[in-house]
Amino acid sequence: MSEPRLVEVRRNVLKQNDVIARALREQFRAAGVFVVSLVSSPGSGKTMFLERTLTRLQPKYRVAALVGDLATENDAVRLARSKAPVRQITTGTVCHLEAAMVQNALQEWDLNQLDFLFIENVGNLVCPSSYDLGENLRLVLMSVTEGEDKPLKYPTIFNSADVAVITKHELAAAVEFDWEAARKSIESVRPGMQIFRLSAKTGEGMESYLDFLGQRLAEHRALAPT
Amino acid sequence: MHELSIAMGIVDAAVEEAKQRGAHVTGVHLRLGALSGVVKDALLFSWDVACQDTMIEGARLLIEDVPVVVFCPQCRQDRQLESMQSFTCPECGTPTMDVRQGKELEVFALEVEEEEIPK
Repeated sequence: MSEPRLVEVRRNVLKQNDVIARALREQFRAAGVFVVSLVSSPGSGKTMFLERTLTRLQPKYRVAALVGDLATENDAVRLARSKAPVRQITTGTVCHLEAAMVQNALQEWDLNQLDFLFIENVGNLVCPSSYDLGENLRLVLMSVTEGEDKPLKYPTIFNSADVAVITKHELAAAVEFDWEAARKSIESVRPGMQIFRLSAKTGEGMESYLDFLGQRLAEHRALAPT
Repeated sequence: MHELSIAMGIVDAAVEEAKQRGAHVTGVHLRLGALSGVVKDALLFSWDVACQDTMIEGARLLIEDVPVVVFCPQCRQDRQLESMQSFTCPECGTPTMDVRQGKELEVFALEVEEEEIPK
């Protein structure tokens, strides 16, 4: 063998995912559908939050959801109560969704028939941050029971998100949740990020969050007329 | 933990390059950004398993840590973040989301030995 030498290659390891994500984003743009992905820890109330979101958007908008879960179909069953089309992506041992999984799951769907598509990622605040799914908005959800410093513990995922929702507002007083400390934590890892406080259970605060989604859909379509 | 699948992605990239060049890979140099969402120790831990039974089995993984660099709109300069918990300019304290570096997950070089031509 000759002496080892160094050759430059410069290859992005996630290139394949990024290529698919770009294709998805273009597909979403062409269909005029606004795609929101949800990331959170396990147990933050993501499924209840999504169920209420789907139910409340439905009178006005055509909505659908993809849900990632490790093993069960429980989430899809719960979400089906909203009467919106829901498809489960069972990831097996994979701790996050990848763009190719989203592409496969969407194969038979006519995206032109939708206004909003929600993609619920696997409950995990670490791994999903590396994977672009082609979404238009990444929403990070935390609940008041998780503590105000959650964003400081998981800066990468909070930094990669576009909007934060703090849910289980109805429990805030019981757990002495410090809203200002939470706002500061988020602002520190993701300056300028918009934050909604709400309770999916009681509906408190849901209105302004739903209005925000409606606004973003309108902006999305103004930029990409269908 | 998604580092095993990331490690397998690195192996795939290296194997493809090795095939194209007809070279024997002895080391893989990776640039790993602090904002890549990939944990270095977990990646190193997964490396041997990911390489097993591939043509680069036994190759070393050499990781270069890439810190987060942001552009400060106040100083009008690139600044290296001091902490991932604070996206503010370390000089003047202005918050900024203008990330210029730190998301890298890139195989940037391979250490190769050319295959010997049989006499």
